[in-house]
This record gives sequence, structure tokens and C-alpha cells, in this order.
Amino acid sequence: MKRSRIDPNRVSLWQRLHIDLPLLLGLLVLMGVGLFVIFSAGGQDWDLINRQLVRLAIALAVMILVAQIPPLVYRSLSIHFYIAGLLLLVAVLAFGDIGKGAQRWLDLGFMRFQPSEIMKLAVPMMMAWYISRYNLPPRFMHILAGFVLVMVPTLLIAKQPDLGTSLLIASSGLFVLFLAGVSWKLIGSVAVLLSGFTPIMWFFLMQDYQKQRVLTFLNPESDPLGSGYHIIQSKIAIGSGGYSGKGWLHGTQSQLEFLPERHTDFIFAVFSEEFGFVGILALLVLYGFILIRGMTIAMRAQEAYSKLLAGSITLTFFVYVFVNMGMVSGILPVVGVPLPLVSYGGTSMVTLLAGFGMLMSIGTQRRLLSRQ
Amino acid sequence: MPVKRITIRDHSAEANLFARRSLIALLGIGALLFVLVSNLYYLQVTRFQDYQTRSNGNRIKILPVAPNRGLIYDRNGVLLAENRPSFSLEVIPEEVEDLDATLAALSDLLSISVEEMEDFRQELKSQRRFKPVALRNRLTEQEVALFAANQHKYPGVSVEARLTRHYPYGETLTHMLGYVSKINKRDLQKLTEAGQEDNYAATYNIGKLGVEKFHEDSLHGVVGYQEVEVNNQGRIIRTLEFQPPVPGEDLVLNVDVRLQQVIRNLMENYRGSVVAIDPRDGGVLALYSNPSYDPNLFVHGISSKAYAKLQSNDSPLLNRATQGQYPPASTVKPHLALLGLEEGVITPQTRLFDRGTYQLKNVQRPWRDWKKWGHGWVDVTKAIEVSCDTFFYDLAYRLGIDSISTLMSEFGFGDYTGIDLYEESDANLPSRGWKRARHNQPWYIGDTINVGIGQGLWTTTPLQLAKSVTVLVNKGTRYVPQLLRGRYQEGQIVATPPKELAPMQLKDPLNWEVVLDAMYGTVNREHGTARKAFIDTPYVSAGKTGTAQVISIAEDEEYDAEKIAERHRDNAMYIGYAPYDNPQIVVTVAMENAGGGSSQAAPIARAVMDYYFDKDKLNLVLNKNETQQD
Repeated sequence: MKRSRIDPNRVSLWQRLHIDLPLLLGLLVLMGVGLFVIFSAGGQDWDLINRQLVRLAIALAVMILVAQIPPLVYRSLSIHFYIAGLLLLVAVLAFGDIGKGAQRWLDLGFMRFQPSEIMKLAVPMMMAWYISRYNLPPRFMHILAGFVLVMVPTLLIAKQPDLGTSLLIASSGLFVLFLAGVSWKLIGSVAVLLSGFTPIMWFFLMQDYQKQRVLTFLNPESDPLGSGYHIIQSKIAIGSGGYSGKGWLHGTQSQLEFLPERHTDFIFAVFSEEFGFVGILALLVLYGFILIRGMTIAMRAQEAYSKLLAGSITLTFFVYVFVNMGMVSGILPVVGVPLPLVSYGGTSMVTLLAGFGMLMSIGTQRRLLSRQ
Repeated sequence: MPVKRITIRDHSAEANLFARRSLIALLGIGALLFVLVSNLYYLQVTRFQDYQTRSNGNRIKILPVAPNRGLIYDRNGVLLAENRPSFSLEVIPEEVEDLDATLAALSDLLSISVEEMEDFRQELKSQRRFKPVALRNRLTEQEVALFAANQHKYPGVSVEARLTRHYPYGETLTHMLGYVSKINKRDLQKLTEAGQEDNYAATYNIGKLGVEKFHEDSLHGVVGYQEVEVNNQGRIIRTLEFQPPVPGEDLVLNVDVRLQQVIRNLMENYRGSVVAIDPRDGGVLALYSNPSYDPNLFVHGISSKAYAKLQSNDSPLLNRATQGQYPPASTVKPHLALLGLEEGVITPQTRLFDRGTYQLKNVQRPWRDWKKWGHGWVDVTKAIEVSCDTFFYDLAYRLGIDSISTLMSEFGFGDYTGIDLYEESDANLPSRGWKRARHNQPWYIGDTINVGIGQGLWTTTPLQLAKSVTVLVNKGTRYVPQLLRGRYQEGQIVATPPKELAPMQLKDPLNWEVVLDAMYGTVNREHGTARKAFIDTPYVSAGKTGTAQVISIAEDEEYDAEKIAERHRDNAMYIGYAPYDNPQIVVTVAMENAGGGSSQAAPIARAVMDYYFDKDKLNLVLNKNETQQD
């Protein structure tokens, strides 16, 4: 990098704090938007806002904390992290608590948490570590091994079952392979194989409720009072928002509770109803800004591990956004993925911001790394 | 961790590769975003109208609001039919998940009788699934509170408060007022045919009988609408627009409820009816049929047991005043006399010697007078006063049936009176053509003789009789008997004009006087058949008694009331009016199997007139009965 600013004597305050200011601002604005929408979707319940604020504060603290740790440390901890996460996933399947028909939680006595959250970071870390040990582009054997490293936790989580998270984890690992330069030929062959795998998945791996979701997705009107209800009501909310929306606190679909999961997974429908197409474009610009900033950090990173990790985290973030908006607007099946930084609650907020913490660490500490 | 790699890393190549892949990823993202945004554009801009409609369809419901039913008052402003708030437990079958379990739980919570449950099940079959069906009516306040506390356990079940009809005078006015009751399938069909189903969208009850039915259109009013915003539970969040219903008109009837109550008390032990009409406008002052029943039973849906009771031999459901068909007997002698005079068959001076029987040439069977040894010499006046049968046998013979049936129809016999009630019979005024058509038999001369004393094939309703008397006392002016007196509009009574028909014209108007004088004599002269009953009245009245045979008595047989089964005893009839020189009230009494007209019916008519002309006494009746109500 030839930038003159990289001068040890001219390090800015933010850099000293290991905080990437544009990224932080982008995140804060999104969180702010989220609070407004939650306030509207939650029936103007201040309690909800207070709890979300506490959660955001914790997540931001975690982010800043994570940003202080140099990428080198992450790299060296990748494999331990991954193995620990894997063990916890197995533990969940063995002794986990069952909530809402899925076995996701591990009760540690003093707290409950989802090991799959750890994997959201552990998988890209592990993959980035494994792939960056060798020259890029990776060789076939390494790709195969990497694929196994991704699929083991993915399947374990899909078994819980938690389709949304397993999808996010799989994509985070696969993004590492893609960014590392897996040949197009291989990507093409896998794509063909995958399409052959689909029927097997349908008949042998998917749970009934998952199949139902897919069927409902394909034709929501077939079951307007049952599982199709969410999608229909959500589309009505979005569509009736029109070009400029019904206005904040004036979305009838959400205010009158026709929308399900209003302040969590379907918050995008509330946003679309109240702020319209213009609002959506503005929201996408915000997400786009974070995306570009993340990719910039990834490209500026000097070390392969950092590049791959930063790239994977950023692209996975986009997957969150795309899957959530896609499912709420009816072009993807309903999988439980919240709209990142906007949806209420979820332990995922902490994981998400921890990921951004790593990004900031990579973005602000690259100078130190390059010296070593 | 030991690094086993030997090859030297080409960092710049790797960076380039990474940058390329990053750009490709960003391009991919751009493509996905394009799809996403295109779809959102399609939803929000292209199909905006469609989704906006569906969104409004979700949240906006149009609720019809029932108009308040018009009240009914008597001529003095006494409330006869009112609307009272009442709470009922209603079930919307469609919204109940497990009906049997819900019903079981509800009957534990609020005592619901087996009968109510049966009626509910019955109702359920005939109702549409989204329409509420009442499970229990007239909940007490405690029951309402008890249910309210448990309501969340029973989706689809609710307590509804609505105004329901109440008839404070109960049995007294049933046949006149009628009642309202739940709109059934047949009503619904009729409403649909009349294009009225929207107007009744929120209405629960409809007039089924009497004034309530006849004046349904005036009483009902016009439905209002409420445009409301509802949430996903269907709960009303707010009202967006409200178009208030137009309440039904408050009606004022000609009836005097006090008089009606007097009559009810008088008739307590008889089957029969009393009709009182103001001859000056045809207004019906009283119209009572006994036995009667409580119309309030029907308002909330009568139980099958209570309804079975009403199917008794005494036929309480029958409106005897308008549907009861009685031989008019001697009460039509004045009419026949008028006819004879008018046709020139007799003159006021025509005399006949009555030996107690009437014999036709070529007919063996004699017709007997009610007085075995006859009345001696009688002219038309005396014939009416003493109710001489022989005179009228002869008169009928000389008039002939064709003339009788043509001219009697002028009085309204054999036809509907036109009263504002649907429950009416036209009874029967016989004629040759009728007998041929009905019985496929020729008219015999004997038939005519029987008609001469208001017997045989001739039947009338008490209301028809009353109407005919108004024609007599009005000397030809004819009014249609009317229950409706007017409507309350902005606190003022707007009177309904009396319905006047073309008057009955006589060639010699003096003939009216002859007949009316004879009716005066019946009540006021020495030998008059109604003299005893009307002795010492503070007013002067006139009238005519009648005693109708229910079965024919063989020629030589004596009529012995004691021996004859109750149902075979004579019907007692009376027609009368007062004051004689300025008639204000016409009364007809018909009492089934009560015996003689002069001994049974005339005293009742007198009592009615006594009360009518003594306002103080009349007021006491009302007060007395009102205290009984509470």
C-alpha cells in the first residue's frame, strides 16, 4: 500500500482506538433506523426500545473489545475456536434445550447460548486460516478439505434444525473458498452436483416443516390462513406502502397486527409499509455503504488470512440482508434470518458486531501487521 | 504452528486474485440487489393499487347499524310497545373451534337449560355459519359479569346488548299489536325479494303479527353504517365513518289501552272477542280476543314447550275479532230490515202476526221463532226490538237471496274490512253463485229463510259486524276500521286521515231512522231484548242482541243449555252504540258457547260503554293494572 497516511507518527485517534469511523457511523445509523422501526412495529412500547438499547450497547462494547485484538491473534486461535464450537454443537444435539421445536440452546447454568453463533465466526476464521496456509489459489485437496470443514458444522446446525443459520455459516465458509480463487471450472461442477443433490435433500434431509416452508414459498395463496399467511400479509404490507410509504407509525398492516413477527424477522415489511420504495432504496444505500466499506478493508488488508476473513464477514453480512429482504418480500422461502442491525433482539446482534469488530481490527491494525 | 510451505508466496498476485474475486462478488451482489429491488418495485409501484386495496380490505370493515324500532303508543300516549336493553349470549359458529366443548363449558359457567340447548341446536341448522346465534337470552347482570371475566376462553362467543321489544301490557293487546320475533329464512327470502335485505342487515327481529307486521316498514327505519378499522383479531380499533341509522317511526294507535284492559277483565272466562270502534272516523278503540297469550314470549324465541301450550283447543293464537267466523244471528236484523224498507218489500207500517212458527207453501218443515208462542202482531220496529224471527223469515223470503247478498255486501259483509292487520278473514256472505262454486249445490229457499235470521251459511267476523254498525249509525257514511291513528314526528302527532269509502246511498234516508229507532227500542223500550242489561245507564244507547245456534236443534226438541255440551251451546252476540243521538262508540261482542245474547253479551257491551263514558273509572283501570305489572 502506497498511502502516505500510513505513517506511524500520524496515526489518528480513531485508529489508535482501533475503530473504523465510517463503518461505525454506518452501523450506528442503521441501528438508529432499527430503533425507530421497532418502536413502530412494537406498538410504541418503550420497554422494547430500552431492552434493544441495552442489547445494542453490549454488542457495541463487544465490537470495540474485539477490535482491540490484533488479527494475528485471531489467526492463531482459529483452530481452537473452531474445534470448541464443533464440540459445543455436538453437545447441543446431545443435551441442548428445545425451544420452538428446535434444539439450539445450550444451558450453561448461568446463561443460555447458541453454539451456532460461535460458528458464524469460527467457520470463516477456520477456513481463512486453513486456506491461507497455502498459496492462493488453493489446490483441489485443500478445497475438498475446506469443504468438509464447512459442511460438518453446517449439517450439525441444519440438524437442530436451524436452516437460516446453517445457510449463513455455509455461505461464510464458501465465500472464503470463492475469494481465495477456486477455479470457475470447479464452481461450475459443484453447481451441477448441487442441483443433483437437491432431490436427495428434499426427500432425506429436510424436515416436514422445512418442506412446508418451501411449498408455501412457491405458492403462498394455497394456504392463506396457515403458513402462507405470513408471506401474504407481508407482501400486502410492502405493496401497500407504495412509493413513499404510509408514514412512520401509520402502517396499518403492522399497527393493526396483521403482520406476524413484526419487530423481529418481518421488520423489513413494517419498514417498507411505512417508508415505501424510497425508504427501501435509502436503506439499501446504507447497507451498500457498509458492504463497500467492508470490502475495502478486505482488499486493503495485506495478509491473506485477514483478506479472506474480512471478505467473508462482509459478504455474509450481505447474505443476511438479502435473505431477510428476499423472504419478507416473497422471493425466497421463509427461513429465520433477522434483518441485521434493524430487527429486534437476537443473540445474533452480538455475533454480528463481533464480526464487525474483527473487520475493524483488520482495518486498523494492518500497519502493525505489515511490519512484522 | 509450523509452516511447511516451501514455495514463496506471490503476495501481489494473491492480492490481485483477491481483488478480482471481490469485484466479481460485488457484481454478483449487484445482480441480486437488482432482482430484489425489481421485485420490490413491482410490489410497491406496479401493483400498489392492488395491495392498497387488500390492505384496506384487511383493516376496514363496514358494519351495519340497526335502527331503533319505532315505539307504539295508544291514543292517550300510553306506551304499548317499547325497546328495552337486553343482554344475550351469542355464538358465531364459524369462529368457534370446538363447538361441543365450548357449549359444555358454557353450560357449566351459566346455567343453560336443556331446552335452550335444543333450541340453539335447531337454530344452528337453519342459520348461516357467520351469523350469530343466541344461546341464552335475558342474561342477568351477574351473568354478564361472570361471562365477561371468562370471555377469553370462548372465542366466537360474546354477550350482545341490544334493544329488544317489550310489550308492557302483555296479553291485553297481543292480537292487535302482534309481536316481533327473530327473522327466519322465510322472512329473509321475502326481504330479499323486496330488495330490503341490506336494510335489515343489522336487524334481529321483524314484525310477525298484528300492527308490528302490518306497519313493519314504518316501524323499522333505515339501517345505518359504521365504517370501522379492525385489527387482526377483528376487534374494532376506531370508527372511520358513521352514517347513523334513521329510527323507525313512532306510531300512535286509535286504541285506548284502558278500555282494552276493561274488556280483557270482562272476557276473562269466555272465548270470544269484543271490538269497539269510534264511528266518527273508523278508529278502532278496542279489539280484544280471548283467550290471549303473552307476546313477549315470542320476542326472545318461544320455547317449544310454551308454543305447544298455545296450540290448545281454545286456540289462543286465533284473532277472534278479525278471524273468528260467527253466524251473526239476530244482530243483522236491523240491516235486513233496512234492506226490506229500501227495496219496498216492507214499509214501517207493514204488520205480520207471529204465531211462533213460519210456514212456507210446499215446505213441510216449519221455522220456529225463538219465542215458542210467538210475538203476536209485529211491525218492523217491534220485530227488531223483540227480535222476532218470524217477521224476518218472511222478510228474507220476500227479499230473496240475490237481493240480500248484493245489498249486504254494501255493509262490508263477506269482504275484508280493510283494517291494518294481515290477520283477517272475509268470513262468508252467501249467494247462489257461492253455494254452487263451494258446495256444488243449488240454492234452496230454506237457505234464504235461515239467512233471514243471520244463521245458516252466513258468517261474519266481529270486526265486520262492528264495521256494518258504523255504517248504520253514520247513515251510510263508511269508514275503514283503522288501528293507526297517526305518527309522532318531532314530538307532534301527525294524524293519519280516516279512510272513508263511498257512502251507502238510500232511496229514502228516513229508512235509517226507522232502523236506528228500533235499535233504540231494543235497549230502551219495555219489551226490548237488551233493556235489562242497559237499565239505568247514564247515557242513551242503542243496540241489538243475537243468539246464534251452533248446532241445529231438531224441530220438537227443547233447547236446554244445561244438558248440551259446552261446545254446543249458543254463541252470545251483541251490537250496540252510544250515545244514541251522537254516536261515539260502536261495540260488538261475540262470545262462544256463552248462551243468550241479551243475558251474556249485552251486559259485557254495557260494561264497556260504562267505562268508556266514565273517564274516572277508566283511569282507575289503568292504574290498577300497572301496579299489577310490577
